[in-house]
Amino acid sequence: MTDAVDVALRLLVVFVVFLTFPLIVGQTEHKVMAHMQGRLGPMYAGGFHGWAQLVADGVKFAQKEDVVPAGADRRIFQLAPAVALLPYLLVLLAIPIGPGEGAVGQVLDAGIFFVLAVMGVGVLGSLMAGWASANKFSLLGGLRTAAQLLAYELPMLLTAASVAMAAGTVSLPGILDAFHWWWLPWQIVGAIVFFVAGLAELQRPPFDMPVADSEIIFGAYTEYTGLRFALFLLAEYAGIIVLCGLTTVLFLGGWHGPWGADGLGWVWTLLKTAVLAFLVIWLRVTYPRLREDQLQKLSWTLLVPLSLAQIALTGIVKVVIS
Amino acid sequence: MTLIAATAAAAHATAAHATATTAAADTHGFLSPTGVEIAFLLVGLATFGAGLVTVTTRQLVHAALWLVVTLGGLAVEYLLLTAEFIAWVQVLIYVGSVVVLLLFGLMLTKAPIGRSPDADSGNRWAALTVAVAAAAALVWVVVDAFRTTWIDLDGPAAGSTAVTGASLFQNWVLPFEALSVLLLAALVGAIVLSRKAKAEMSSPPVNSRAVTGSSPSAPDSRNHPIEGNRLNEGTSQAEQEGAR
Repeated sequence: MTDAVDVALRLLVVFVVFLTFPLIVGQTEHKVMAHMQGRLGPMYAGGFHGWAQLVADGVKFAQKEDVVPAGADRRIFQLAPAVALLPYLLVLLAIPIGPGEGAVGQVLDAGIFFVLAVMGVGVLGSLMAGWASANKFSLLGGLRTAAQLLAYELPMLLTAASVAMAAGTVSLPGILDAFHWWWLPWQIVGAIVFFVAGLAELQRPPFDMPVADSEIIFGAYTEYTGLRFALFLLAEYAGIIVLCGLTTVLFLGGWHGPWGADGLGWVWTLLKTAVLAFLVIWLRVTYPRLREDQLQKLSWTLLVPLSLAQIALTGIVKVVIS
Repeated sequence: MTLIAATAAAAHATAAHATATTAAADTHGFLSPTGVEIAFLLVGLATFGAGLVTVTTRQLVHAALWLVVTLGGLAVEYLLLTAEFIAWVQVLIYVGSVVVLLLFGLMLTKAPIGRSPDADSGNRWAALTVAVAAAAALVWVVVDAFRTTWIDLDGPAAGSTAVTGASLFQNWVLPFEALSVLLLAALVGAIVLSRKAKAEMSSPPVNSRAVTGSSPSAPDSRNHPIEGNRLNEGTSQAEQEGAR
């Protein structure tokens, strides 16, 4: 009985995090971008500095008509948002926020593989949307999504493998247990490559060629309206949470920090995740969009060699210190 | 390519299915299987069905998406057999990369919405024969090899990462390395082939373009799939309306 309650409670917590954190990141993005550009951003909804803007947006999306284009492949078109969103919910289950087994949704033996595998599935949603919309902009977006995923999956996997080598385990809590502060300079190249490749996988600026709104009109999501479009947006922000959480756990030591082992670990995890999320927003405001060939070039000629070099370095240091 | 992969997947599913049946029959008697065995059978049936749809559907992209279901079902079967590591690698490699590559190829060529009547093979019976033969061979080999093998659930799980890694790099390191070399050779071969094709394609405009140093391939190839798609939209729309 207590087991069932425990499982239910964990699922509930993960679900609440899944629903609220993306909204917090979205609202932060509204305000941070606005202030970086010398504006105020939303100020009216909810009264205090427009805190309820995204709630209002959600209500608006829910009221809109759910349109499916006549030429579209109905079922795949309607299924795509769910395929894009659900993987991130599953990934959140496996990310530990504190020490011990109590602070993670589910301890998985091959946590890294689970997380990266399920994140890769989310991109299928964009591909389905791009193809099923019967729209040339959507098809272009879908093509670009696929090309981008193929290019950036490899450096992401390689850098994650580097951390797994360093820790001698592929379980996420196990990696955190093995963490020492000097891993930070040791794995810093891997951390940067992982984060950049993750940004590209999420199609966040400056890697948002697949959804370039001024050029191919949001790519795969051109034909979507109402709640289904909102689900795609939610998937993007949930993806930011997942990517920042993963980078925190793999490279920044997760709950490690002053008093981290004495009950304040979750504060450290959330703090590091929040700083990384801020960085994601900052990058959006700072850098112009990369062209398609520049995207491919960056991955194959810079990130992949860097991640291979990181693996070599990890191997050498590992052999020397053991 | 899809056909072969799906057939192989279906064959795998059948083989797994058969082992489950024998296991159930031997341990608990045929009529009192455990929950896990029932789940295994049901997932196996769903996987088999998805594999069948993959090879029989006339809609190319639907075939690829049914392949996702098939491969995902196989991953669930691995999980039920306590092979957690293999299950996640299955999702990572097949669903996350191979199917994305397939979809990329389908979208890059013309993959119309709706049925493609020409997406059928005259070798249907030959393919069926090969598939049945492969499935029969797999079932026979797996049943024969593992009839008396039981998964010990009390010790360290047989499919966990540590156990898999140890057996892979202690007992099976030579086949592993041989496969790595094979894949490397395939990779190099693919690069060589693509370079040759590119050199032939770009040889006529050598005089005009190579001097200026612009890359001819990328922007040109990007326009074709859309036009193909647009041409097909008319027919597919008509077909869908007819279907309604």
